[in-house]
Amino acid sequence: MMDPCAHCEQMMQPYLDHVLTDEEKEQAELHLAECVDCQRRYRFEESLRIYVRKAVTEEMPAELRQKLAALRIPLE
Amino acid sequence: MDAEPQEAQRLATEARDRVRFEEDALALSDQVYRVARHLASSREDADELMQETYARAFRSWRSFTPGTNMRAWLLRILTNLNIDRGRRQQRAPQMQPLEANDYFLYDKLAENGDGVTDEEQVVERLSQDDIVTALSEVPHDFRDVLVLVDLGDFSYADAAQILDIPVGTVMSRLHRGRRILKRELAESALEEAT
Repeated sequence: MMDPCAHCEQMMQPYLDHVLTDEEKEQAELHLAECVDCQRRYRFEESLRIYVRKAVTEEMPAELRQKLAALRIPLE
Repeated sequence: MDAEPQEAQRLATEARDRVRFEEDALALSDQVYRVARHLASSREDADELMQETYARAFRSWRSFTPGTNMRAWLLRILTNLNIDRGRRQQRAPQMQPLEANDYFLYDKLAENGDGVTDEEQVVERLSQDDIVTALSEVPHDFRDVLVLVDLGDFSYADAAQILDIPVGTVMSRLHRGRRILKRELAESALEEAT
C-alpha cells in the first residue's frame, strides 16, 4: 500500500482545486486530521496560491482603458 | 408592415445589441487584462494584445453567442492572437528535469527559516519580484494554463476551450506548471539565503 503521506501529496492539487469526489475528499481529510506535517503543507500551498495571485496582479493602466474604449465602432 | 420601417427597426435593434455587447466587453477588460498581462511576455506586449483583441471582438461581435461566457470568449481571441504573433517558437513543451515533489518549496523555505514554520510567514519569505520573475520563467505552454486557472479562475473545461487542448492536457500542464513555478521560487529563495 502507498505511504499515506505520499497519497495525500497526490491529492493536494485536486483537493485545493475542488475537483475530488466526495469519497476522495473524505479520505484526504481523514489523513489530514491526524497528520500535522501534511496539514502544514496543505496550508502552505493554499497560502502560496493566494500570495502568488496577490503578488502578480497588475491593474490595467488607465490609458489602455481609454484606448480600448476608443476602438468601439461608431454608430452610423 | 412596410419593408422600410421593418428594416429600420432591425437596424435599430442591431445597433442596440452591438452597443450592449461593447459595453459588456469593456466592463470585463480589467479582468481580461489581469490574465493577459501574464500570458504576454511584457507589459507592452499585453497592451498591444489587449487592443488587438478588443478591435477584433468589436468587429466580430456577431459571432459571440449571448448568454455564454464572454470573458472566456475574449480570452480565446487573445490567446489565438498571441500564438499568431509567433510568440511560440515550439509547440511541444520542452521536457525539463522533474521538479522533486510538491512539498519541495515548503520544505526548503521552512528549512531556512530559523524555526519559523507558520505557513503564512513562510510564504512571506518570498518577495513580490521573485514571484513575478518566477512566473515569467515558466515555459509558455505551462504558464498559459496556470495563468488561466490560478489567476483567471477559469475551470479546467474553460481553459481547455480557450486554449483548444483536451481537459486532460490542461490538468497535466497545470500540475507541472505549478511545480515548475515552485522550483523557480525555491531557486530564488535559496540564492537569497546564500
